Amino acid sequence: MIETRNLTKVFHDKKRGEIRAVDNISFLCRPGQIYGLLGANGAGKTTTLRLLATLLRPTSGAATVAGFDTVADPARVRAGVGFLATSTALYGRLTARETIAYFGRLNGLTAEQIAARTRELAAALDLAEFLDRRVEKFSTGMKQKTSIARTLVHDPEVLIFDEPTVGLDVMAARTIVRFVRDCRARGKTVIYSTHVMSEVDKICDTVGIIHHGRLVAEGTPAELRQRYGEQDMEEIFVRAIGGEEAV
Amino acid sequence: MNLHNVLTVFLKELRDSLRDRRTLISMIVVPTLMIPGIMLVAGVISYKVVRNAQAEKPSVMLLGAEDSPVVRGALAENHKIEILPAAANWKQRITDKQLRAAVEIPPGFDATLARGEPAVVKIFNYESEMRSGFAVSELRNFFNDYRDKTITARLAERGLPAALVKPFEVKTENVAPPEKVGGNIVGGMIPYIFILLCFTGAMYPAMDLTAGEKERGTLETILCSPVARTDLVLGKFLVVLAASLGTVVISLLSMGATFLIGGMLLAKSDVGAAAMAAAKSGAAQGFTLPTIDPAGTLMVLAMVLPVAVLFSAILMAVSLFAKSMKEAQSYVSPLIIVVILPAMMGMLPGVELNARLALVPILNLALVSKELVSGVFHWNYIALIFGSTCLYAAVALAACVRMFNREQVLFRT
Repeated sequence: MIETRNLTKVFHDKKRGEIRAVDNISFLCRPGQIYGLLGANGAGKTTTLRLLATLLRPTSGAATVAGFDTVADPARVRAGVGFLATSTALYGRLTARETIAYFGRLNGLTAEQIAARTRELAAALDLAEFLDRRVEKFSTGMKQKTSIARTLVHDPEVLIFDEPTVGLDVMAARTIVRFVRDCRARGKTVIYSTHVMSEVDKICDTVGIIHHGRLVAEGTPAELRQRYGEQDMEEIFVRAIGGEEAV
Repeated sequence: MNLHNVLTVFLKELRDSLRDRRTLISMIVVPTLMIPGIMLVAGVISYKVVRNAQAEKPSVMLLGAEDSPVVRGALAENHKIEILPAAANWKQRITDKQLRAAVEIPPGFDATLARGEPAVVKIFNYESEMRSGFAVSELRNFFNDYRDKTITARLAERGLPAALVKPFEVKTENVAPPEKVGGNIVGGMIPYIFILLCFTGAMYPAMDLTAGEKERGTLETILCSPVARTDLVLGKFLVVLAASLGTVVISLLSMGATFLIGGMLLAKSDVGAAAMAAAKSGAAQGFTLPTIDPAGTLMVLAMVLPVAVLFSAILMAVSLFAKSMKEAQSYVSPLIIVVILPAMMGMLPGVELNARLALVPILNLALVSKELVSGVFHWNYIALIFGSTCLYAAVALAACVRMFNREQVLFRT
């Protein structure tokens, strides 16, 4: 489960002064559910997810992820989280197998557990063929599959995805979407940030619209359609943030 | 601290680095091939240059002395100098290195000497030019001899013994053991090379494992794993340290092999035979071939350890601040000067180790190494240097760990 309470992150920039990247955000994401964080570039999606993954510390407010507080117990939070983003690249000089093993070891798995998990993941993701090749030689799709294996090696209960399909071709993006749905089916808690409206309809159970660091609307896609009287998610988004001029 | 995680990070980073061509070049290729190669080539070339210059008969222009046939005749008979007749452009020719020196004999020199009056002979040279220097020393030898002969002749005229003006002789003789002489000659060089290699060996991996990871986007991947930041930084740090020490050890072995093989090859060649002969004849005159103390050299290696820790930690902390390899390079490159300067100061003659200098990092290592390779062990200074450098290294490592815990540094935009 993921729960945030008045989560706030303020950055200090010499030129721009105080920036409230995440401003008083509270939401709840339950197991077996995909929570979609929808927002334009710079809205605060990445910062929110980095706060959940303990990469950043909140300025105020709190978050509980996988049963632990992100500030008090960051290591245990990370042990229960799989984080996948466009900015989480792989080590080019390691093979896919070595990558999975490395993250498995850091997550406290034994050699036997790692071997078993590698077999499982390779079968599920169709990785077996290029398991012993170096990642630097991989296509984007192959890299993405390896990244998924890396994220899942310790079978985390919470999965955080930060715009995972950005820059991917259709087939690679479909792999990700299928995998995210699969996580939900297995009872995982999933949070998924995107600015691709069509993805929201496809996969999200609950949508949170974030704008200038604030959560401006929240609900199931059906609830949002009803609230804004629009069918198209893009229109809903524009109305939620206060019109096109607000962007 | 979780040792299992530190070891996991260390082994992964080591494997990753050893698969990187650039790390291999800076750690293995440069110290094993390039440095001994450069040293060998530079050594042979400089030996040949000096030998050729010494073998050359310096051309000296004689100014004046038209009315002094005696001195002119004596100069002409000297087979170590080639005397050229006066020409108007002699200054220019010395400057252009066509002429090594000129000597001016004052008018009526023979007659002045015969009258027992003082005279001044002037030598004109190109200061700091080696071959001009050889010419000057030949001229000085000649005129010193000429003066001695004149004095002896004058004393004989008056029926006085030659010892009257030379009541005693002064002779110098080396009593220091050969390794100490060697220590002074090469002792300054060894730590200088160690310090430089220790730094350059750590440079590339330090940048690659910090700024390089940021640039490639892998830092965020590892930061969201459960490994503690301290374990992560220690694992990475150990790889940088291993690269630094590895570079030093590999270069030490390769330099040892170079001297061994180079010495054998030299002994067979003409140049080498001449060098050996020169060394042997030198030994007869109290000159000894320099050797260095092996225990001292090993001790230098031990003293390099905390310096390697210091370098690795500083390089990692500085590189981590950078967003890309390029930015890291612009921060790290000027540090080479900061490292070289104290190392070079240690090579200067007359700068000796004392309690205050023992606290100056890098310089202290350069100074104590000079003593160590000469077989001199000042344990109190050694302890002070080792202790103080360990302290600096610990502070640098703590700063590095602190940097890894600062999100402003890790996610600098």
